[in-house]
Amino acid sequence: MSAAHDHHHGPAKGISRWLFTTNHKDIGTMYLLFSFAMFLLGGTFALVIRAELFQPGLQFVEPNFFNQMTTMHGLIMVFGAVMPAFVGLANWMIPLMIGAPDMALPRMNNWSFWILPFAFAMMVSTLFMEGGGPNFGWTFYAPLSTTYGPPSTTFFIFAVHILGASSIMGAINVIATILNMRAPGMTLMKMPLFVWTWLITAYLLIAVMPVLAGVVTMMLFDIHFGTAFFDAAGGGDPVLFQHLFWFFGHPEVYIMILPAFGIVSAIIPTFARKRLFGYESMVYATASIAFLSFIVWAHHMFTVGMPLAGQLFFMYATMLIAVPTGVKVFNWVATMFRGSMTFETPMLFAIAFVVLFTIGGFTGVMLAITPVDFQYHDTYFVVAHFHYVLVPGAVFSIMAATYYWLPKWTGYMYDENLGKLHFWLSFIGVNVLFFPQHFLGLAGMPRRIPDYALQFADFNWISSVGGFLFGFSQLILVYIVYKCARGGKPASAQVWEGAQGLEWTVPSPAPYHTFETPPDPALIKAP
Amino acid sequence: MKTDKAPSKNKTVVTKLSFAVVGMFAFGFALVPLYDVICDITGLNGKTSNLVVQAEAGEIIDESREITVQFIARESADMGWGFTPSAAQVKVKPGEVNMISYKVTNSSDKVMVGQAIPSVAPNAAAGHLNKVECFCFEEQILQPGESADMPLRFFVDPALSADISKLTLSYTLYDITEKSDKLKALAAR
Amino acid sequence: MLSKAKLWLGLALSTLMFWSASLQAAWELNMPRGVTQISRDTYDLHMTIFWWVVAIGVVVFGVMLWSIINHRKSNGAKPASFHESTKVEIVWTLIPFAILIMMAIPATRVLTDAYDTSGSELDIQITGYQWRWEYTYMRENMDEEEVSFFSILSTSREEISNDIDKSENYLLDVDRPLVIPTDTRIRFLMTSADVIHSWWVPDFAIKKDTIPGFINETWTVVDEPGIYRGQCAELCGMEHGFMPIVVHALPPEEYQAWYAEQQQAAAGIRELAAAEMTMDDAMSQGEQIYNQNCVACHQADGVGMPPVFPALAGSPKATGDRLVTIDTLVNGVEGTSMAAYGRQLNPIQLAAVITFVRNAFGNDTGDLVQPTDVNAYIQEGQ
Repeated sequence: MSAAHDHHHGPAKGISRWLFTTNHKDIGTMYLLFSFAMFLLGGTFALVIRAELFQPGLQFVEPNFFNQMTTMHGLIMVFGAVMPAFVGLANWMIPLMIGAPDMALPRMNNWSFWILPFAFAMMVSTLFMEGGGPNFGWTFYAPLSTTYGPPSTTFFIFAVHILGASSIMGAINVIATILNMRAPGMTLMKMPLFVWTWLITAYLLIAVMPVLAGVVTMMLFDIHFGTAFFDAAGGGDPVLFQHLFWFFGHPEVYIMILPAFGIVSAIIPTFARKRLFGYESMVYATASIAFLSFIVWAHHMFTVGMPLAGQLFFMYATMLIAVPTGVKVFNWVATMFRGSMTFETPMLFAIAFVVLFTIGGFTGVMLAITPVDFQYHDTYFVVAHFHYVLVPGAVFSIMAATYYWLPKWTGYMYDENLGKLHFWLSFIGVNVLFFPQHFLGLAGMPRRIPDYALQFADFNWISSVGGFLFGFSQLILVYIVYKCARGGKPASAQVWEGAQGLEWTVPSPAPYHTFETPPDPALIKAP
Repeated sequence: MKTDKAPSKNKTVVTKLSFAVVGMFAFGFALVPLYDVICDITGLNGKTSNLVVQAEAGEIIDESREITVQFIARESADMGWGFTPSAAQVKVKPGEVNMISYKVTNSSDKVMVGQAIPSVAPNAAAGHLNKVECFCFEEQILQPGESADMPLRFFVDPALSADISKLTLSYTLYDITEKSDKLKALAAR
Repeated sequence: MLSKAKLWLGLALSTLMFWSASLQAAWELNMPRGVTQISRDTYDLHMTIFWWVVAIGVVVFGVMLWSIINHRKSNGAKPASFHESTKVEIVWTLIPFAILIMMAIPATRVLTDAYDTSGSELDIQITGYQWRWEYTYMRENMDEEEVSFFSILSTSREEISNDIDKSENYLLDVDRPLVIPTDTRIRFLMTSADVIHSWWVPDFAIKKDTIPGFINETWTVVDEPGIYRGQCAELCGMEHGFMPIVVHALPPEEYQAWYAEQQQAAAGIRELAAAEMTMDDAMSQGEQIYNQNCVACHQADGVGMPPVFPALAGSPKATGDRLVTIDTLVNGVEGTSMAAYGRQLNPIQLAAVITFVRNAFGNDTGDLVQPTDVNAYIQEGQ
């Protein structure tokens, strides 16, 4: 008797389906759609920034509003786009990849998602409050954010608390699912790397999101309850804020990249038709990166006045992270090498990820060198670095994953020609947008300024052109996803010739309930 | 389908992780006093200690070295107080107790309370600047128009690293009238 | 065929990126070599690391490119079956580790040098304010006249709002630059009066955050006379992009002459502050000061940007009791962006701008405030 016919009647109809669903596929879909909407919103704020920076002088916005745009762009992209997208992919794919029927805690899963739109509605609404929204950078240093912040800062703090809770609940769910719900035969060292990277990411989230919650709580107390955590007058220290924030903040950036590593580690073997090189090494490298991520935080604070011994420690530890990261890049290249490659859209994004993320990694090594960081810190060189690792890094991996798994989700192949168009326009756009920013930083342009000296004009207008090209190219992806959901060439279960893993053993589209009986252990092979 | 074991396995994991979450939240707060302790022990952020250090009778004075100690006085911009050291700098020998004073004037028309917060550069010298008597240890209450000469008695510890021969002691004066416990205690009497 | 064209495009783009990086390195759009030993060491270290990562990139991307061209299914390539090798993993762990050690050695030396603040011949206090810098030359004794002044952006608002053409050093010009002697070991003591700012001069390779309530220090020896420009490098609020740093490095004798002049001028101001101003003097000086210090928030016509920046036109604080106006200027307004100008402007300037504000924008009180009135308020509160 087929499992699909027993007490399930298929998903509910209408809006109740989405409000009350506990199904990992539905929740994954909601996370992904939400994150895409946030990506477009955060991108719009970025276009406001690039429009203002197109030429010297103030053309479109006041400096205070510009500061709100840079702040909100960062907050939305980090907490609203990248993180929820990875959670969405985790929700959709982890149960499928480990042969589980759903996540471990399906009702908490629903709650984890639905508090997000509420938190972001609150956060975005601060732009319309008196005094404006947060204008102190996504890193919200004290005392700019405490003593000198706008009245809406309290709502910003509440929003951060809520989305932190969402991430923590999601992480608990991921860990419980991976530890407890693997199908028989799915040992830890047979799990796809995407599952491994998410397991490690989830532990990072558990460790550091509460520290962020602590920091914003201390901020709340300093603002409203007369404490002086970050105020010298009361015996506090603004630099303490930075230590606490970056203790969260550095692992946070690894939270935003480890799942990307997992995605690329799934896609390249598929399109190279060759097993991932060095699977065990990849697992250990990921764990090393996660461990090291806890002891490098002060490389964001090299100009704060730390003593020499501290500076040297953080310099050495930061340089060290290049080693396991390099190992991963070499392993991907070794996977491609002597493979039999085809270059469908997911593979294009994955290859671009390897090249461009590595370039971001190179500028990361440059930034690690403390005395030279004195020249790079808080300039566009840093902006270029983190955008390289986050945009053609994390975001490209999310796009790669979308193309890769869209046929499994919808049952239809997306339009490959449009996909390639989207890729090339994005690839060109992202490089025209961010590469010149390296030169701007080296030439002396600081971050977070709405207007600049004349010697920065040329590269700024080039960067702005790239910004608009990249930004508008994303509308192609909107169309591709929409078109694919509506129909297209039917996808087989296998979808991609070289694809391995349990998700490719179920039909496309994946049935509403999968692996209600565990899969045949013979189907479970190490990646 | 779910086995009977799965719910209790989940419960164990969830419980442990929830403790971890609470623990990390507490850790974040624990870092606050921990930061202060580390800074106190190492002088890392230039904070000098708030403890009185008694100069021992017959404290050994290192005649071979001369240390220049510079004094900076900053008052918070909107405080309306004057704040000036009696000397721009003094040259001292390690171990020798010296005294200078800071003149403070409340030019406003109400009672105010000030708190001076010290900071030392280079950071490595902070732990070696020992204060025997310092106005920064206490809140200072001044009546409108009142002036005071506040003493600072200090000595430089002979263990100060050999490569430091100049250090700067800066005080920033803050208006803590609203938060002052001392003032409230006085008012209550 | 189509894929070959894409391949060449990809190849050309990646070559262009690296080629242009090295080409740009030869022009001024690389980091400056600067005019201090530390800045040159920093530049050299930067280039060293840069060439290392370029080399690694060439190797890694070269292998990838080779693979993309030769190991494609469309060319008939069959996939190999190897998927692990402990030996290889060890090799490509150890080689990068060794490269990093080679980078760490010169980096440690340069950083240690940069941290050695001993032996300074001149000490200067730098204080960050929203949104300007204050420079105070430290004295050896209190009898010497103190030289201390604010350094404010002098680019006009009309240039910023695109109403007139932009000047050559647009956004990098100040009214009073920091003046220092060359070939002299100078120590900077840095703090802030409000939020965290950061003092950065690329030509000296100095960037240090200024933290309110704490003192940071750094040092330099400038080898060449000249004018060097930098900017605030930590988001500090609305005008973060509008508080530049300009340093004039003069040969030591010229510096001494300048310094002596400043001391005389400071003494002179005290004398002037005892004298009386005319209404015309006050209004014209006051207007200049207003345009430099006040116009960003309160606007050229005094209407402000309420509620954050109140209007001065018709404001009770500007037209009522003169002590209220004086207090607002001298002590600022707590909890707002209105700074305490008592520290930043001398009594003559204060008297002028207070008079201006009380009479311009249709306020017309007819009130002339003298420097002695301002001094009396500062000393006695009335």
